[in-house]
Amino acid sequence: MGIIDINKVTYEYIRRDEDGNVEGITTAVNGVSLNVKAGEFIAILGHNGSGKSTLAKHINALLVPEEGSVIVDGMDTADEDKTLSIRQTAGMVFQNPDNQIIGQIVEEDVGFGPENMGVPTKEIWERVEESLRTVGMYEYRKKSPNKLSGGQKQRVSIASVIAMHPKCIVFDEPTAMLDPKGRREVIRAARALNDVENITIILITHYMEEAIYADRIFVMEEGSVVMQGTPETVFSQVDMLKSYRLDVPEVTELAWELKKAGVPIKFPILTREELKEELIRLGKR
Amino acid sequence: MLRDITLGQYYETKSKLHELDPRTKLVGTLIYLISLFMFTNAYVYIFAASFLLLCVLISRIPPTYMIKGMKPVIFLLVFTLFLNMLFTPGEVIFTFWKINITKEGVKQALYMGARLTLLIMGSNMMTLTTTPTRLTNGLERLMGPLKLIKLPVHEIAMMMSIALRFIPILMDETDRIMKAQLARGADFESGNLIKKAKSLVPVLVPLFISAFRRANDLAMAMEARCYHGGKGRTQMKPLKYRPADLLAYLVLILYMTAVVLIGKYL
Repeated sequence: MGIIDINKVTYEYIRRDEDGNVEGITTAVNGVSLNVKAGEFIAILGHNGSGKSTLAKHINALLVPEEGSVIVDGMDTADEDKTLSIRQTAGMVFQNPDNQIIGQIVEEDVGFGPENMGVPTKEIWERVEESLRTVGMYEYRKKSPNKLSGGQKQRVSIASVIAMHPKCIVFDEPTAMLDPKGRREVIRAARALNDVENITIILITHYMEEAIYADRIFVMEEGSVVMQGTPETVFSQVDMLKSYRLDVPEVTELAWELKKAGVPIKFPILTREELKEELIRLGKR
Repeated sequence: MLRDITLGQYYETKSKLHELDPRTKLVGTLIYLISLFMFTNAYVYIFAASFLLLCVLISRIPPTYMIKGMKPVIFLLVFTLFLNMLFTPGEVIFTFWKINITKEGVKQALYMGARLTLLIMGSNMMTLTTTPTRLTNGLERLMGPLKLIKLPVHEIAMMMSIALRFIPILMDETDRIMKAQLARGADFESGNLIKKAKSLVPVLVPLFISAFRRANDLAMAMEARCYHGGKGRTQMKPLKYRPADLLAYLVLILYMTAVVLIGKYL
């Protein structure tokens, strides 16, 4: 039994016209089953409209499945009495950094979650300090969020979630609106949480480079999971990924082309260091 | 261009007035405003003005900054004075074309001017020395008893503080939309007032759509962080009265008594 147990979940968006008649049904998630163990780092890949964000909202009980069930740390998301403790167990970081910061000062935003949970004042301050230090934003605690960069805002959002002491954090495309520097900051923070605090991470993204650090990768297409496995197994199927209109990391692509051209290179290669060593090894022969 | 509004924005510095509880300052401002409307008496205004000056000195806000903050309302002020001067009947002291300026008119205009200036500066004093968060917090606590008549006090305060947080973001957005439309040949400058207003419609539509989208995102983010209204909520920065607040209330009582005495006997 894992920390998150998604069991044959189906969710449909129903479009209605002005009179309330059903115009069409979009099946965003179609019979997805997915199991995450505590402490794992999971990446869910897919291009726009593949249903990955809809699936993510199920983990936080923002959406409740129409068919199937989602069990978070032993609690069923369909049970309304458990909604608050599910949201505390599984925190969520969203895409747009501006639209998820509630406080007018950084520290107030981080305190928002614990305030809602009814944590005593003294402990709120402890939690705020601790989580801001974790993401390296403590010096900015008195600043207005409007004065921060995109990457810094996302780190504040992460701190806000950590302050609720979750066991699991869902990142819903946290880097989609950031520049490369901000992207690196956020991914580094997410990995640190997984390594140091042993928090389960579910990273939803369409940047392949961010997925290489995951323990397991799931690829979604039209509401279903079409590929899954370790980064090595998923990224070695370059042709299949391309058929789902996804890229592989640049390094992997280069190795793939070299291999196709007849170079006896090891495959797959996911990181730059790996490629460098492999090329040096090949050069020596 | 939209950001030059300094009226009523928090001025950061350390002072006894900044440290006061926001509730004290809200009540104080209210008392001050009431005191301005109780008597039409020059001595009362002089006394109120010196009280305000004392507050400005304690707050360590540069007086020039306070005066600069009056800029946006100067037009309104002059306009009101002018009308008062023209349309008050009484003893004529000056005739120009068909317009009579009366002694009573001048007097009325002067009183009105003093009252308005003190009114605006007095309320500015509060917003300049209190952060918006503390202000909404204080308002929530002061309106607390209204919960009994089913007024959603917590929700109103939450709405105010979210609105304050999104003002700069939406201003940026307006700027961006206007620039995008300028780049495609939109014209916001020429024509009369009606034409100018009409040219803003294409700016407002995308602005509203984006505001709704942001509201939707924010609501989801708040829910994801366990927000479920004011019930069972604790506060990170609870308000606490301190000895200085007691002193401030005493000063306010003295001030009000003095105003009443001056108004009645001078």
